[in-house]
Amino acid sequence: MSPLTFSLKSPPPQRLDLSQLTPDRLKDMKAAEIQRIAIGTTREPLLVGDVFSLKGRDAAEIRFEGGSNRFDLLGHGMESGVIRVEGDVGLKAGRRMRGGAIEVRGNAGPWLGSQMSGGRIRISADAGDDVGGPVSGELAGMSGGLILIGGKAGRQVGQRLRRGMIVVSGTSGDYAGAAMIAGTLVLLGKTGHLPGYLMRRGTIVLGRGAQSLSPSFADSGPQELSFAALLGTMLAEQEVKTGKLFKGTLRRLAGDLATLGKGEILIG
Amino acid sequence: MPQLMLNGVRIDDTFAEAFGMVATAIVITAPTARWAEQAAVTMTGFATSVIACGCEAGIDMIVPATESPDGRPGVRVLLFAISPAELQKQLQNRVGQCVLTCPGTACYAGIAGGARLKLGANLRYFGDGWQISKRLGGKHYWRIPVMEGEFLCEASTGSSTEAVGGGNLLLMGQTRRTALAAAETAVKAMTEVADVILPFPGGIVRSGSKVGSRYPALIASTNDAYCPTLKGLPHSALDPDIGAVLEIVIDGLTSDAVRQAMAVGLKAAAALGPDAGPVRISAGNYGGKLGRFHYHLKELIG
Repeated sequence: MSPLTFSLKSPPPQRLDLSQLTPDRLKDMKAAEIQRIAIGTTREPLLVGDVFSLKGRDAAEIRFEGGSNRFDLLGHGMESGVIRVEGDVGLKAGRRMRGGAIEVRGNAGPWLGSQMSGGRIRISADAGDDVGGPVSGELAGMSGGLILIGGKAGRQVGQRLRRGMIVVSGTSGDYAGAAMIAGTLVLLGKTGHLPGYLMRRGTIVLGRGAQSLSPSFADSGPQELSFAALLGTMLAEQEVKTGKLFKGTLRRLAGDLATLGKGEILIG
Repeated sequence: MPQLMLNGVRIDDTFAEAFGMVATAIVITAPTARWAEQAAVTMTGFATSVIACGCEAGIDMIVPATESPDGRPGVRVLLFAISPAELQKQLQNRVGQCVLTCPGTACYAGIAGGARLKLGANLRYFGDGWQISKRLGGKHYWRIPVMEGEFLCEASTGSSTEAVGGGNLLLMGQTRRTALAAAETAVKAMTEVADVILPFPGGIVRSGSKVGSRYPALIASTNDAYCPTLKGLPHSALDPDIGAVLEIVIDGLTSDAVRQAMAVGLKAAAALGPDAGPVRISAGNYGGKLGRFHYHLKELIG
């Protein structure tokens, strides 16, 4: 069976709530039923059929031909299967995702993978602020899974990260890994001010340093870590280019000593 | 005993009797092969027989840097015990005292599947609160700060209840020298077989045992029927031309691995011929009633 494909007819007239269009929710639905799913977010009613033309039947793999920064909540809470997007996605793509994979050939908006607990998200270009992070009022961010960003990431990537891994191949904004609880944040490009601000546990790897580092970290100096080789191997398996970063020593900063202080920043 | 011939060597038409065991495996890596092997040799010391050592352990194979989890040279170690609880205890004590302590090492699961045995999940407490948990690619690791740097240890390893302990060959030579040549040749060939270990010193036992003793406190005693100094006495199993007997004991993760190792070892020893190697090859059993696994020498040479 060919993948279930949503082709964008024209740019969306309003922000779209795509949270219903996941492999788990569509697997037993007929095309006519899918066409009638409401995806509008304003008082103007909007159905799938108004925005997309459908083809294919296998909902285990969903494709979007054409994207938009108005594609919100893509893959919300998905548990299995694959969603591929040829184009951009909007707010909160992969929020509370538990399994499966999202592949976006384009940019993603803020809160990418917010509170996700499993599965994998791969973005070919840039992501917005608060990757993996909690929305207001939530105590923890991402708690599992893997987010791979081919381009840049905005501010506070990995805020309150609890478990899982986020990898940013390009540059990233200020306060990366703020208040991290645990987990692993790999920032291969230069990051902004004060990475790891108030982090408790966890690991932040900086491939090209930061604009400024907090004075509340203790410098443990260069270290040879067996664990770095495992991380390098695992990233190579995910087709992330890390060069020689994990082959030599890494300078270890322990902190943030303004709080629990069991985290670390490893600088290549 | 009826006998077969292979390259002028007499092969007893008998069988080796082996037992079901529980086993686990770990991979130890280090910056150099020398230190990976040192850790493995140390942790498998005093692990020749479950009778007094708690487990039987040995190096199964060299793991080249290109195939090891962290890209460093490594070795794979197998441990065999009679119960999962004893295996867990031996694994924890031996890795804790011999691998954690050895310069440069890291320790990984060496077997997938089966009941999980704790590895780093217990040793992490050595970190006294400074240990770091990491989950990478579906696996769980512990990083424990040590004076030299950091000990990286996978949280758990797998186990197998399909393992077999006690496969054996008895190699009989005209002299100690030819018996040893036969045993060394067999050991060299058997070491190449994957998933087996030869737990005794250099793979060889010179003091094979029988079950029981005239002394009530002992559960095993010397295999007097195969002692050359007792040759000629009524109970002796030795022919006049036999001057020394050496035994090779084989533990394997699977019955097939034990069978293959025995076949390879038997053929390699027999290939030496009766003048340079063994004049006769046999195997030990208990009449077939105690052990689940029987390896008939006739089938091994067939």
